[in-house]
Amino acid sequence: CLFPCSMADTGVLELLRLIEKADDGVDSVDAASRLGVDHQVVVGAVKSLQSLGDIISAEQRSSKHWELTEEGSEIAKQGSYEARVFSAVPLEGLAQSDLMKLPFGKIGFSKAMSNRWIKVDKAQEGGPRVYRSVDSVVDQVREKLLLLQKGSGSQLEDKDKNELKKRKLLSEVTVKSYWIGKGNSFSTTITKQETELTPEMIASGSWKEKKFKPYNFEAMGVAPDCGHLHPLMKVRTQFRQIFLEMGFTEMPTNNFIESSFWNFDSLFQPQQHPARDQHDTFFLSDPALSHEFPQDYLERVKRVHSEGGYGSQGYMYDWKIEEAQKNILRTHTTAVSARMLYKLAQQEKFTPVKYFSIDRVFRNETLDATHLAEFHQIEGVVADYGLTLGDLMGILHQFFTKLGITKLRFKPAYNPYTEPSMEVFSYHEGLKKWVEVGNSGVFRPEMLLPMGLPEDVSVIAWGLSLERPTMIKYGINNIRELVGHKVNLQMVYDGPICRLDS
Amino acid sequence: LLDFTFRRMLLSDEEFDELCFEFGLELDEITSEKEIISKEQGDCKASEASDIILYKIDVPANRYDLLCLEGLVRGLQVFKNKLEAPRYRRVRPASGEPQKLIITKETAAVRPHAVAAVLRNITFTQERYDSFIELQEKLHQNICRKRSLVAIGTHDLDTISGPFTFTAKPPAQICFKPLNQTKEYTAAELMTLYKTDSHLRHYLHIIEDKPVYPVIHDRNGIVLSMPPIINGDHSKINLKTKNVFIECTAMDLTKAKIVLDMMVTMFSEYCSQPFSLFHVNSRELAYRTETLSSDFINRKVGINESTEKIAQLLTKMCLKSTATGAGDEIEVEIPPTRSDVIHACDIMEDAAIAYGFNNIVRTTPRTYTVANQFPLNKLTELLRQDLAAAGFTEALNFALCSQEDIADKLGKKIEDTKAIHISNPKTAEFQVARTTLLPGLLKTIAANRKMPLPLKLFEISDVVLKDQKKDVGARNSRRFCAVYYSKSPGFEVIHGLLDRTMQLLEVKPGSTDGYHIRAAEDSTFFPGRCAEIFARGQSVGRLGVLHPDVITRFELTMPCSALEMDLEPFL
Repeated sequence: CLFPCSMADTGVLELLRLIEKADDGVDSVDAASRLGVDHQVVVGAVKSLQSLGDIISAEQRSSKHWELTEEGSEIAKQGSYEARVFSAVPLEGLAQSDLMKLPFGKIGFSKAMSNRWIKVDKAQEGGPRVYRSVDSVVDQVREKLLLLQKGSGSQLEDKDKNELKKRKLLSEVTVKSYWIGKGNSFSTTITKQETELTPEMIASGSWKEKKFKPYNFEAMGVAPDCGHLHPLMKVRTQFRQIFLEMGFTEMPTNNFIESSFWNFDSLFQPQQHPARDQHDTFFLSDPALSHEFPQDYLERVKRVHSEGGYGSQGYMYDWKIEEAQKNILRTHTTAVSARMLYKLAQQEKFTPVKYFSIDRVFRNETLDATHLAEFHQIEGVVADYGLTLGDLMGILHQFFTKLGITKLRFKPAYNPYTEPSMEVFSYHEGLKKWVEVGNSGVFRPEMLLPMGLPEDVSVIAWGLSLERPTMIKYGINNIRELVGHKVNLQMVYDGPICRLDS
Repeated sequence: LLDFTFRRMLLSDEEFDELCFEFGLELDEITSEKEIISKEQGDCKASEASDIILYKIDVPANRYDLLCLEGLVRGLQVFKNKLEAPRYRRVRPASGEPQKLIITKETAAVRPHAVAAVLRNITFTQERYDSFIELQEKLHQNICRKRSLVAIGTHDLDTISGPFTFTAKPPAQICFKPLNQTKEYTAAELMTLYKTDSHLRHYLHIIEDKPVYPVIHDRNGIVLSMPPIINGDHSKINLKTKNVFIECTAMDLTKAKIVLDMMVTMFSEYCSQPFSLFHVNSRELAYRTETLSSDFINRKVGINESTEKIAQLLTKMCLKSTATGAGDEIEVEIPPTRSDVIHACDIMEDAAIAYGFNNIVRTTPRTYTVANQFPLNKLTELLRQDLAAAGFTEALNFALCSQEDIADKLGKKIEDTKAIHISNPKTAEFQVARTTLLPGLLKTIAANRKMPLPLKLFEISDVVLKDQKKDVGARNSRRFCAVYYSKSPGFEVIHGLLDRTMQLLEVKPGSTDGYHIRAAEDSTFFPGRCAEIFARGQSVGRLGVLHPDVITRFELTMPCSALEMDLEPFL
């Protein structure tokens, strides 16, 4: 609770009086027994007094002491089992079988026997019979326990205590207590404390005379009533920001449905490529086909696939319009990049561009903890005269530096529409190894030249998923906890702001 | 063999990993058969297994020449200057006529192309033989697209005699003893026999429904194979086979040639005259020459190397190159193993790989551009911030869902939704693209019922609608949807959010230029608790208290109010 507990107020005054009388202090356990209250009450009073400033000094200490177990207390009250057996045996003796029926019979019998307080005559008619072998006994076990109960255990030897402990009548407990003394501003009178500042106090100025209960700064505050942005979208915002800082213009990627033509053919991805298989791509049954294409461009695409041209051998196969017409859910945002580059090529005069997009793409893949049928692709594209592979690496270095990733290296890779193609690896300090963080490359001339772009224009591009860096950033292992309706809203509520470079 | 080669190259595992990275291979794992079995089935099962080290390597999808150990080792050794790239030769048989393969016109109806070659005086060992079979299988799975585009058949030439004929016949007229069977079957019987074969049944569909099936036989009518299903038993190869006849039948001639070249170039190493082979029907080996300038490579890569140096770099990549002396011209010879090289840019890439991607100086292009946001995304970004500030939490749901989600569960008919339909969904979750954001938000609530009430969620995202006016026949529509879920419907909360949204979008209340809501009928909503939203005279969406049936169908128990509207009219 935020304020000193009121239940602790009881006993505070009495405790202060006790401290006043004690010269160099008092132990809280001692104080409790003297005030006749539970130790916890004194502890509460100490805490409450501590929070009021330097009224008392309290030093925590711990001491060990012996305490009777439940069984021990019972024996302190009723006597030891052996003593009880002794008194249960009359002078004329008792059948052993009857004695054993008593609740304490069994243990009491064997102890009394070993103490030689009783004896057994086995030759009796009707079974063995127990007789007293001494006139009277001293119940030392009980006496020792009573001593301990009174707190005078120091009179006993360790051997005795251990003996009783072995019989589970005694246990050693650690008691945490306070040594309480007077503080610098010790007083036995405490002014009543105000809990909160009120408008009245401000108006009257009475706050000047009042004492205020201190706040408990250990406690949490009250959570504000607010909405939250989704973590993946927060990361998306940051990536957008990075691209904008780097001067990249956002592409209109709000078209999930794409024709195979723009998604594959325009990128010089052959029609028999496995990515165009039913197992990898979602095809549409309605609307199944696209009908409008830029005809001249389509003819050039067909030619470069089936016959080559622009310095290329082509793939030398029978290119079919029917295959290009098939509508699909786009498998990459590069389909939009293709549309944008085609549009750029239609300009009267080429102007350099830098484009980016972050949007959904779809794959008809097998799903697992890190793969969904849809994910967000981040893509960057630069088109200009004379761009080099070194330029692509330089831009990637700048881009990843903004994500807080500075150690990069590049691995040759294969991609049907880029040549060269490079996988981007970054050194992961935590995993102590190189991990793949993206893909990149230079678009092939067979893709760019049919569009009508000038021959000396190079287009470099790279891509990565939005989900993977987000999962790493927020430590999420199962993608379903991040994306989709199975999201853990508590995770969304608790999410921090997103700064990718820190 | 692989292990042996690396030891000879004196490479540690780390150095080998580094070499793979540089060359564009991915060293997945260094393991052994023992380790694999032990991992999968426990140590006791593994005790008998071999502990010869295995390297699991991922090869780029277009480098068929690296699919077998022979090619991979050859490629790496040339790359490390330990070996000169071999030159493959076409030789005529020492005695007798060259073999011929006659292709009849009947094949046009089912599988129109075939090419063939002979490897003479080959020496197989168990290892070489296994590798030969494995390459065949890998090619079948990759470039041959599970035998649909190309199928490979290999035969012991000494058991058959040419010329060979590739033809097509009705299934009933084809009869032979197939590989590893004891009796003869007709083609029709074979199709039934292999229906239950765990391996072959995947290929039956390729010819099953055709009136004629392809078949290759020798001059005596002995059946070599019925591609792409099975070879004949008569001509099967074994470790002792000396002369191998390889045929590739195909739907795509280019790919058939690539596959055949790959088979023969990889294994001609084991012929008595190494790297010699013979293409049937007088086809020459597919060596090709490209001429390019070192300036082109320097400019594209961003390096500054001499013509001679670049020729050396390319030679390391098995692309034998020479500076012609005419300016900075380089002549590059592309061997039949490198079908992936189809343009000068492919040669440029190889020069860059040989130079080392990571040795290239990273530069900053001087491309000057001014950034622009896509206006719809700009609006979305700004609005999202303020909706969260209004106390609503953002959800993010899938664009794909079931028909039920967007129709039945909302009390609508699928025909009325303008939804696009997916033809090949693996599960019902991917039948359609969503036409409304509401089901996603309701499912998010259902998955989070343990959270304290009220739940206030929103999403701004795209739905997809059929649209005849678009080239693809569909378009995205940017929507804003919000729900309030608690013990009372909270219509006033959702209504208040609409007012706030309109305030943010600078649309004032009012019936002509501003916005207003008007009672509407909608089966998703509780009767009398639904209104249509009009902004500047245009209907933009709906809000209201959800129908109890809708709430129940989404496995919810509390009243819920919702709002969904188009954002594009506010651009």
